[in-house]
Amino acid sequence: MSIDKKRAVTAWCFISVPIVYFILVRFYPTLDAFSISLTDWNIVGKKTYIGFDNFVRLWHDPVFWQVLGNTFEYLLLGVPISLILSFIVAHSLDQIRFGHGVLRACYFIPFLTTAVAMAWVWRWFYQPVPVGMINLALGQMGIKQLDFLRSTTEALPAVLAPAIWAGLGFQIVIFMAGLRAIPQSYYEAAKIDGASGFRILREITLPQLRPTIVFLTVISSIGFLRIFDQVYNMTQEGEGGPLNATRPLVLHIYKAAFERFEMGMAAAQTVVLFTILLIITIIQLRVLKNG
Amino acid sequence: MAEIKAPIRPGKIIIWCLLFIGAVIMMTPIIFMFSASFKYNDEIYELALISSEPTLSNYIYLFENTEFLLWFKNSILVALASTVSVLFFDSLVGYTLAKFRFRGRKLVFIAILSTLMIPTEMLVIPWYILARDFGLLDSYIGLIFPGIMTGLGVFLMKQFFESVPDDYLDAARIDGLSEFRIFTQIAMPLVAPALSALAIFTFLGNWTAFLWPLIVTSSAELFTIPVGLSSFSGEFQSEWEMIMTGAAVATLPTLLVFLFLQRYIIRGVILGGLKG
Repeated sequence: MSIDKKRAVTAWCFISVPIVYFILVRFYPTLDAFSISLTDWNIVGKKTYIGFDNFVRLWHDPVFWQVLGNTFEYLLLGVPISLILSFIVAHSLDQIRFGHGVLRACYFIPFLTTAVAMAWVWRWFYQPVPVGMINLALGQMGIKQLDFLRSTTEALPAVLAPAIWAGLGFQIVIFMAGLRAIPQSYYEAAKIDGASGFRILREITLPQLRPTIVFLTVISSIGFLRIFDQVYNMTQEGEGGPLNATRPLVLHIYKAAFERFEMGMAAAQTVVLFTILLIITIIQLRVLKNG
Repeated sequence: MAEIKAPIRPGKIIIWCLLFIGAVIMMTPIIFMFSASFKYNDEIYELALISSEPTLSNYIYLFENTEFLLWFKNSILVALASTVSVLFFDSLVGYTLAKFRFRGRKLVFIAILSTLMIPTEMLVIPWYILARDFGLLDSYIGLIFPGIMTGLGVFLMKQFFESVPDDYLDAARIDGLSEFRIFTQIAMPLVAPALSALAIFTFLGNWTAFLWPLIVTSSAELFTIPVGLSSFSGEFQSEWEMIMTGAAVATLPTLLVFLFLQRYIIRGVILGGLKG
């Protein structure tokens, strides 16, 4: 056997087990999800092929639209708020030296926490008096109490807050890496030209950070679209209430699949989620290419 | 640097103060969580951070009367096993794709890369059925099997192995080392920083994972910390000091690791994030 052939055999030996794994645990399940989405199946009985009926039913289901609406509300609130906050912090942190490491650590540590644990901490904070810290503090300042998780309008932002909080550290660290990568000479040239701080920000910093911003937008969009842990742990009985006001797509999928065992219906919803994520990724690639 | 000589401008002091306030706000939930875990039930309604009589009774109760210790062990076991497996297989595949020329190499790489597009949420239903058919529901293997290898890790390791010079490997071949030993003894040590990054975010991801462990486990003996904490907190409803103690136990290990490995962790997150 020639050396090349021998090495090709070695290569295939090395990757044979991983290939079997990826086929069995990634590709086959992906195809399976699509195929289940075309059936009516309660997991124990017979699978009945029903074509696109699940998708048609979803289209006519007002609750599903409410759930999709919630999911996009998480996204549309979460992405801009977290990006703006993390940019401001990263940009400020980048300018200071005193206590830099400790401050950065304080912003970063929430990223290392377990979402489930922190969901319960925030749930505790949101309780009405005398239990909840926030209402306790508001009370002492003479401000009206808030309902937070009990209100259909305040619950969603209240559930979103810990998700934003936990993700900030990651975004700050990535933004700071992006800021470090901007050549100092650009700033020096701008200073010689007498450009104001705002102009430097608008014409050097932000354009140079474009790939970072696109990347973080996509990563955090995907994150907020997949929100689950916080909602499951912060709402009564993990229902995504009150009155479905906080229920996101993944929780809806979980309930359909593992509480009602409507596997076909649940799989159809995962296909919807997959399609949304795919569109976002394609948009990202487009934006980066044109940049 | 010229900056050192520049006088401290008041603007910088204001920025520093705002950053400091922000940092305090960021840490507040974590601080209050730990603070409450050392309080008796009648004290947690007070805003005071340090209890007048701090107690370890919540922790003692938690470990003696609930299954927390077991969940803790399960979490460690699952996270460690997944991390070791990911480190080995992802680098093996990344190494092979980077350093061997063979037909189908590109196809394999693109196929593995394409798995990054598939969200876990889409796979949990087929995984559940797979686990049921193989009798893996409610078992350790059931918990671990979806995360034995990752597309992201393969991609990351391939990038790093590409920077390893072929000369090193050829020299080892001339010395008569087997291909597998070249991989483990020559190539792996050369990409140690990438391995530590991969280890950090694989462990963290598994330690905090909730959805799949929630789905695949049904008996309390197999819960991981997040699943156990979730069910436990649902039962303990108004005993917030107990819930906070549980949350503290879930958080403490990653915080401790961070304190010791801060530099590596931040670098690892940047690596994993930017490459992902």
